[in-house]
Amino acid sequence: MSMIIAPADYLLFGFFPTVIFSFLLPVIGVGLFTYIIARRIAPLVRANPDYRFDNIPERIKNLIVVWLGQVRQPRYMLAGVLHIIIFAGFLILSIRSTSLVIIGMSDGFVLPGLDGRLGTVYNVMKDYAATAVLVACIIAAYRRGIKKPARYAVPEKYGHDHTAEAVFVLGIIATLMISESMFEASAVAYNYQTLGNAHFPAIFSLAWIFAKILGFASLESLQGLHIIMYYVHDVTFFFFLCFLPLGKHFHVITSIFNVFFMRVKKGNIKPVKYGVSDEELDDLESFGVKKLEDFTWKHMLDFYSCADCGRCSDQCPANAAGRPLSPRFITIKARDLIFKNYPIKSGVIYKSDKLLVADIYTEDEIWSCTTCGACEQECPLGIEYIDKMVDLRRGMVDEGMVPQSLQKPLKALEKRGNPYGKMEKKRADWAKEKTFAETHTVKDLGKDVADTLYFVDSITSYDDNMQEIARRTSIILEKAGVDFGVLGKGEKDSGNEVLRFGEEMLYQELKARNTEAILESGVKRIVTADPHALNALKKDYTGLPPVKHISEIVAEKINSGVLTMKPCKNRDKVYVYHDPCYLGRHNSIYESPRQAMDAIAGLTRVELEKSRDRSFCCGGGGLMLFYEPEEETRMGVIRVNMAAEAGANVIVTACPFCLVNIQDAIKVAGKEDEMEALDFTQLIEEHLI
Amino acid sequence: MEILVCVKRVPDTAENEFELNSEGNDLDRDDLVYSVNEWDNYAVEEAIQIVDNLGGSITVVTVGDDEAEEVLRREMAMGANNGVLLSDDAFEGSDGRGIAAILKAEVEKGNYDLILTGAQADEGAGQVGGMLAAMLDYPYASLVNKIEPADGKIKVGREIEGGNQEMNEIELPCVLSIQTGINEPRYVGIRGIRKVAGVEIPVKGAGDLGVDAGSVGEAGAKTKRVDYFVPDLGDGAEMLEGSTDEIIEKLIEKLKAKGGL
Amino acid sequence: MTQIFAYVPFKNGVADDVALEFPDAAKKIDAGASLTAVVTGTGADLDNVADALTKTYSEVIKIDNDALAYPNAEIVRKALTHVIPADAIVLVPHDTFGMDLAPGLSIKLDSAYAADVVDFEGMDGATLKLIRQELGGAVFTHVTCDTAAGAVITIRPGAFAPADEGASGVVVDKSGDAGDLSAQRTFLEVVEAEVGDVDITKSDVLVSIGRGIEDEDNIEVAQELADAMGAVVACSRPIVDAKWLEKSRQVGTSGQTVKPKVYMAMGISGSFQHMGGIKGNPFIVAVNKNPKAPIFQVADVGIVEDILDFMPELQEAIEDL
Repeated sequence: MSMIIAPADYLLFGFFPTVIFSFLLPVIGVGLFTYIIARRIAPLVRANPDYRFDNIPERIKNLIVVWLGQVRQPRYMLAGVLHIIIFAGFLILSIRSTSLVIIGMSDGFVLPGLDGRLGTVYNVMKDYAATAVLVACIIAAYRRGIKKPARYAVPEKYGHDHTAEAVFVLGIIATLMISESMFEASAVAYNYQTLGNAHFPAIFSLAWIFAKILGFASLESLQGLHIIMYYVHDVTFFFFLCFLPLGKHFHVITSIFNVFFMRVKKGNIKPVKYGVSDEELDDLESFGVKKLEDFTWKHMLDFYSCADCGRCSDQCPANAAGRPLSPRFITIKARDLIFKNYPIKSGVIYKSDKLLVADIYTEDEIWSCTTCGACEQECPLGIEYIDKMVDLRRGMVDEGMVPQSLQKPLKALEKRGNPYGKMEKKRADWAKEKTFAETHTVKDLGKDVADTLYFVDSITSYDDNMQEIARRTSIILEKAGVDFGVLGKGEKDSGNEVLRFGEEMLYQELKARNTEAILESGVKRIVTADPHALNALKKDYTGLPPVKHISEIVAEKINSGVLTMKPCKNRDKVYVYHDPCYLGRHNSIYESPRQAMDAIAGLTRVELEKSRDRSFCCGGGGLMLFYEPEEETRMGVIRVNMAAEAGANVIVTACPFCLVNIQDAIKVAGKEDEMEALDFTQLIEEHLI
Repeated sequence: MEILVCVKRVPDTAENEFELNSEGNDLDRDDLVYSVNEWDNYAVEEAIQIVDNLGGSITVVTVGDDEAEEVLRREMAMGANNGVLLSDDAFEGSDGRGIAAILKAEVEKGNYDLILTGAQADEGAGQVGGMLAAMLDYPYASLVNKIEPADGKIKVGREIEGGNQEMNEIELPCVLSIQTGINEPRYVGIRGIRKVAGVEIPVKGAGDLGVDAGSVGEAGAKTKRVDYFVPDLGDGAEMLEGSTDEIIEKLIEKLKAKGGL
Repeated sequence: MTQIFAYVPFKNGVADDVALEFPDAAKKIDAGASLTAVVTGTGADLDNVADALTKTYSEVIKIDNDALAYPNAEIVRKALTHVIPADAIVLVPHDTFGMDLAPGLSIKLDSAYAADVVDFEGMDGATLKLIRQELGGAVFTHVTCDTAAGAVITIRPGAFAPADEGASGVVVDKSGDAGDLSAQRTFLEVVEAEVGDVDITKSDVLVSIGRGIEDEDNIEVAQELADAMGAVVACSRPIVDAKWLEKSRQVGTSGQTVKPKVYMAMGISGSFQHMGGIKGNPFIVAVNKNPKAPIFQVADVGIVEDILDFMPELQEAIEDL
């Protein structure tokens, strides 16, 4: 009586050594895989540069937290947990699979370090890992193939459904798990029968169950099963390896790179071209992304890495409002185009002569994005969208493809420094309002000196309804003992949206003029009540004094006792705070406004289900107010309904654009009688002692 | 097709809140910003689309001072091939007829199949295109909102009352004044203008054009603007009060006076 | 003596309203001037118009020619240059036909030209003083026009008071003087606007509704008022968002830019974005139940009422006129 014959020693039909397959399969598999990867790298080589080797500690942290730790996965609980199981299982089993390939050539091979106690521990782990992965695959397949969550549906205009591929891959994974377990179980059962003892797999693991089931099978069939299962595993393993780069499961390979190279800063926009300074922009032949190869290599890696999980689009407010934009398909359409233009089979490279916005995207699709960042916040793989949108818009602007409704404000910004075409000299007219002017004066830093600059920005300066924010902010600053002034006619639009709408040179001009005026004023600090201005000054401009949002000042001054709040004036109201995208997601200011509100005694505050980094965009600020997207519902209306569901009747926000959109939305939703919108500064100022 | 588009630099009506100077007889020019006459952008865009389809080239021309060059550059950034600035002290103060006479001299220097102007500009007269055509004895159509080129002729649609469109066939060469809405003019940013910043734009004076200085400019103008004024409108609305019937009575009187009934 | 000729367009045998406004304009130019109407066309329609005009004008010149069946500006111009003395003042309405005809006519008659005149302040010798608007109606200008060698002047329809029909003039047939009426421009057809496709930018009077309309069904109330006023219904953004009216009806920076004479802002708060779409300094009537609505800052006349009550009453009162 002997032990089972391993694949490395087995003779098929008594004469053909199967070890030949054990050598051939890896050679063919790895060779093919190398070729496919080379083809996949071809477009990346032709792509635009991207500097992604900065902030290495931060990148390693992302690798540990986002990739290895899968921290974004449980934001969708069931799918997330299933993914974590499969991911962890894969990591554990990758060692086993590698060993198995070599075991096929040399029986008894053990990876260095895994021969002792550690090996025993590992073997237990991998047995349970395989079991857990199989169970996860079955649940996942049931979810994907039978329950079909809406998130995965592919609208007709975006191409074919991906369910088949998903279920197929789950099948492959299951095959790997079963074959590996069967391979082991057959040996255990065989050896148990022949030797009377055997090292059993971990109890209740898949291999253990198989070993129990196979316990009384004939030795012949166990031997046959052992060999067959080995090669089923080997073939499936290399098939899977080569299949991965052909579709959405490429992420299994690319994710580690994609997460390492993901965005490490928030709120900023990539330069027009890495390596080209602002001063050299005039020398560039072309701006932005017009053709596939104009994307950076990282953005192409993003396209490869998308697992089609649909979380971006599920969070995207534009998608929710029925605008013609679904971030997921921004990626998938680009990936399909790469696959088409760089086919695996022929080795030829095709060039599309059409612009991307005429070929795979539409102009409205690209203009529909509010740059709220919900998609990027959600993506478990660190895929970026905002920079791509901006790059595509830069390309459109360069080609003159700008909707008429946006041309007007852009021209006004060029001529007057504000999108409304109002006169520069009227920029500080909000301070002349009668009752305000009677008791308050605001310094003009064109003439006076102060420590702090209050950067008002265009909408608060010129929109009659928003000017109140400027006045309230001034009173708050005054009570907080801040020595401040405004730039008056020296202030231009911050250009936050000008940059994000792709009008780079106009943004550069606005930035240069504001920077000069700010530095000339000699202020030591900047404060603003407009998160878009905050973001531009903080994230896009360079060399300025520190910038803070008014909510941060208020929270600080309450903490230090400089500002004291009266008890709530409207105790029957239920307040809810709506996180503006450019305050929250892009600048991580979530707590200050809440702290300040909570300092008002007796104020009832509830939270929206979608809040903080999952906040739902109000409809977009800056130039987005001028753009007329096709949509079924306004984002603001969706948001107002969310607030109503949360039981609130006062929506407090800390951004003039949010206020405009939400105020309008309340009217559109017909909720004027039950709901109101309020700016943070108004709520605070009314409650200041 | 060789196309000449006549453009004008005007105070930007979309962006300016016009105010009078302290004497009240002229615009307060300190705070004015200028740009290309809105209608002219549509004319240039139309020219670009025609040339894209049929080949040819586009020249933009304006009568004005040095500063008028900026509008030529903007239109060249849009896609016009050449620019010509017609500038001479003698041209200053020209009325519509004077401008048309100056343009006529430039047209005769070239070999244009099609001459486009905006339907109107800042003065709201809509006169130069029609005058130029008559001086050249070219056929003319105003308020054109559709152009379909055919061999040696073109079919043009004119915007007429009631949103209707009057279709005509016109022999070439001809002059057309272009109405807004005929197309969607492409965007021109600072970058586009900088790209053409170095392009030479010839400047031609009365002598170059062979225009009699006495027949144009202030001297030749028969129609002259004396001053600007704004009728007193008062602050805020006049609130009508009283019973609904009284209010309606007062309102109807006002509506009658203002042409609302 | 100043000779004034007024070119009167007509449609379907009926003269345009401006026919009644020329006498007021002529009187303001020179009370002692002679005024002759000129009509061109063919057949019974022309005869009917010419006859009807004798009630307003002491002399009506008609030019009858098949080539003038459709008012092709080039052909009309040729006919007029043969009939009107070069040193006369020619009045033409400033409409889509007048803009096609008048500038070229001034060249062919070698006359001075003034366009879109809203008022006259009489003659000083041969110098005519007149008033026009510039910059989309944002400012008015005083203009002088040397009429010594004649002038072609287009007047803004509706700017002058209509005359009573008290005259009993004569029709003079000058068809024989028209000369060669061949043209390089051929009229083909008129393509009618699609039914239901209302162009709010073309209407002189707009009844514009905002959130105050409250419900889709109430739009009918606004439509009935508009019908009574001969106006068109426009709206602000929320109405379009609610899909109660089509996008083409929206006034505002993101909608249409309109230049009416009268703008009835019904239940519109008057947001910045909305007001940005109103140009040409129209007479703005604002009705809003909120006395603090910003629209009252920019309106000419303000009324604090609920539009749903106010509009039907106003409509009734107008219909009773």
